[in-house]
Amino acid sequence: MASLILDDIVIEQDQHPLLSLDTTIAPGEVVTVMGPSGVGKSTLLAFIAGFLSPAFTPRGRVLLDETRIDALPAEQRHVGLLFQDPLLFPHLDVEGNLAFGMVREGTRRQRRERIHEALASVGLDAFAKRDPATLSGGQKARIALLRVLLSQPRAILLDEPFSKLDAERRDEIRHWVFERVRHYHLPTLMVTHDEADAREAGGRILRLTERGTAGSIDQEART
Amino acid sequence: MSRATSYRSIVGVLPWLTIALLSLPVASGVLGAMAPAFGYLPVLGGDSLTLAPWRQLLEMPGLADMTRLSVVTGLASAAISLGVVVLFLGSFLHTPLYRRVQRWLSPLLAVPHAAAAIGLAFLLAPSGWVARGLSPWATGWQYPADFAFPGDPWGLSLILGLVIKEVPFLLLMSLAALVQCQARERLTVARSLGYRPLTAFFKVVMPGLYPLLRLPIYAVIAFATSTVDVAMILGPTTPNTLAVSVVGWLNDPSLSMRFMASAGAILQMLLTLMALGIWYALERLVASLSRHWCQDGRRQCGERWLGGMALMAIRLVLGLMLAGLAGLTLWSVAAYWPFPEFLPWPPTVQNWQAAADDLIVPVGQSLLVATAATLLSLVLVLGSLEAETLKRRPLRPWAQVILYLPLLVPSVAFLFGLVMMQAQVGIRPGLGAVIVGHAVFVLPYVFLSLAESYRRLDPRWSQQARSLGAGPWRVFLRVRIPLLLAPILTAAAVGFAVSIGQYLPTVLMGAGRVVTVTTEAVSLASGGDRRLTAIFALAQLLLPALGFLLAMFVPRYLFRRRQGLLPRSD
Repeated sequence: MASLILDDIVIEQDQHPLLSLDTTIAPGEVVTVMGPSGVGKSTLLAFIAGFLSPAFTPRGRVLLDETRIDALPAEQRHVGLLFQDPLLFPHLDVEGNLAFGMVREGTRRQRRERIHEALASVGLDAFAKRDPATLSGGQKARIALLRVLLSQPRAILLDEPFSKLDAERRDEIRHWVFERVRHYHLPTLMVTHDEADAREAGGRILRLTERGTAGSIDQEART
Repeated sequence: MSRATSYRSIVGVLPWLTIALLSLPVASGVLGAMAPAFGYLPVLGGDSLTLAPWRQLLEMPGLADMTRLSVVTGLASAAISLGVVVLFLGSFLHTPLYRRVQRWLSPLLAVPHAAAAIGLAFLLAPSGWVARGLSPWATGWQYPADFAFPGDPWGLSLILGLVIKEVPFLLLMSLAALVQCQARERLTVARSLGYRPLTAFFKVVMPGLYPLLRLPIYAVIAFATSTVDVAMILGPTTPNTLAVSVVGWLNDPSLSMRFMASAGAILQMLLTLMALGIWYALERLVASLSRHWCQDGRRQCGERWLGGMALMAIRLVLGLMLAGLAGLTLWSVAAYWPFPEFLPWPPTVQNWQAAADDLIVPVGQSLLVATAATLLSLVLVLGSLEAETLKRRPLRPWAQVILYLPLLVPSVAFLFGLVMMQAQVGIRPGLGAVIVGHAVFVLPYVFLSLAESYRRLDPRWSQQARSLGAGPWRVFLRVRIPLLLAPILTAAAVGFAVSIGQYLPTVLMGAGRVVTVTTEAVSLASGGDRRLTAIFALAQLLLPALGFLLAMFVPRYLFRRRQGLLPRSD
């Protein structure tokens, strides 16, 4: 169990500050980042995950407890990432997708068993050999999170993960995702435009204000 | 070295190797042709600089006609091809006809120039299919008429032969450019302001599209002014085009002719440069004349008849190509086919049986050279595109020019120089040299075919994979390659087809030791055996077709249970 520490982060674009942030996300806490388009919400996630475009200049440190991760390659950071699209690899079946993310521990048989257990835990054990394209939106979202969890991340980043789900499924998946990350005590940072996502997350809400304004982040404790 | 470091090192080196493969042969080839043009080639006894080769060249009978032919046919074929493409796009962009034509582009591009030219020659010859179809009921001819077509002194058949190949090329190049210049959005805005489709296309899409098509058009001009194989099949013979004459002088048994051939190669380069200069001046003129027209508020300009012309032109181009290929097939199975019979009857397989032994070596060597050149190009192109992805920066303008370099510099000029240099440094001509020579031409096409799909692949796929712990090699091999398998195989098929169609690099770099279906087809085309010529031209066609079939069916088979990767039918 680790905390995700964003230590004095400043991200600049063309030598102008885009955003600044200093916060610690506790294990199992879901912190929501909100704000208008263009203030750098997704840029913040890209920086933490290790995909920041060279057009931006970051300062500050990202730590998982004692370990500084912002200098590591993306694949060594152990930061799971969920986009608004589930991005299940279309050339692999469901099992292949889960196996792709899974840490290579134990025998192949043991790993398969773990995959089937994971699928069974969300009621999708009959879907191992299914083509991802044949799954519903809700099923894809579950598989996508399972895949991230099987990669044994130490923190999770959510980039508007529910925005493409239909209204009926959204509440259910949202609830399930937050329940999972709390269950695994994963510090989670979520970017969203949807107030309902933030409410359901139940953690702090960080509101990014217009680009370029001084101290461009303002924190509100959620009551 | 960690895997990530090895990946970065390899991906970092491959773009430079690509640049080296494209620029070094061209640069050293031009230099290699320059020295003998001024009398310096120690292996042939040329130890001092002199203008004698130029004097000899200028005294050559018919030189003025050769140069005129090269420039006029080159510029005319480029202008007609561009006109057809622009009219077609303007009239039919995003229509079902456009989508149908789009589907045919890669296979049409795969038809080697020589095969298309031989097909056209068979179609339009005095005893060709067109004459047979019209005789005797319309022409009254009981025997083939006595006119020189193909091979007319004005180069009309050569222009036609170039147009039917350049139209698919420019259309294919337009596909990516249209997306890049946001043609759909521009058209939507103009149409909503009341502009008719063709006028809207000319006024709002062309100003954005043309700059993106400039390099492909220059490549067309460079090719058309200096083509050898097409000109040998369709061009006039008294005199030939300059490029054909240069190859003739190079192959002259008298080694001293090589000095003059060098001067001819340099002259060819200057001619191509002149043609490009003329085109550039015309570009400026059209741009300045059309500036006011674009803003004059006129909503339509001859939509109906220009649209009709576009439809007729595209049908003619595709029809000539397909009819030519059908004619080849008929000749290959013709036993006795007297004029003016429209079809050979009964057909026979004896021609194929008789040619089988002759086909084995050329087909084998064609396959070997094309496979090796395509693989080499594919590795370099994938590395270059991956480097682009890694740096998150598209190709710089100078690198784009280098990419087009082998297509912009007349191949007869730099290949000729390469041969000279080969002789100078003692490299023996043969298979290795031919493979590298082919790769120089294959690589730009593979790059152009693949780049758009590669760049458009959603970067989040890789980000998702890396956030799951996959290193760069795993992301490349297990995510990017499978997701891009279809365009990669199509690009490979295009490269394979380009290699199969190469004539000059095989003849010059192989010094006659490498025989391919193309070298055989071109040399047979000047002989009298139409059946054997047709068989070799068809073999030239069937090999790339095989490549395209594999490119089409391998992904369909591998991903037959993956709906997300099956091509959409629209």
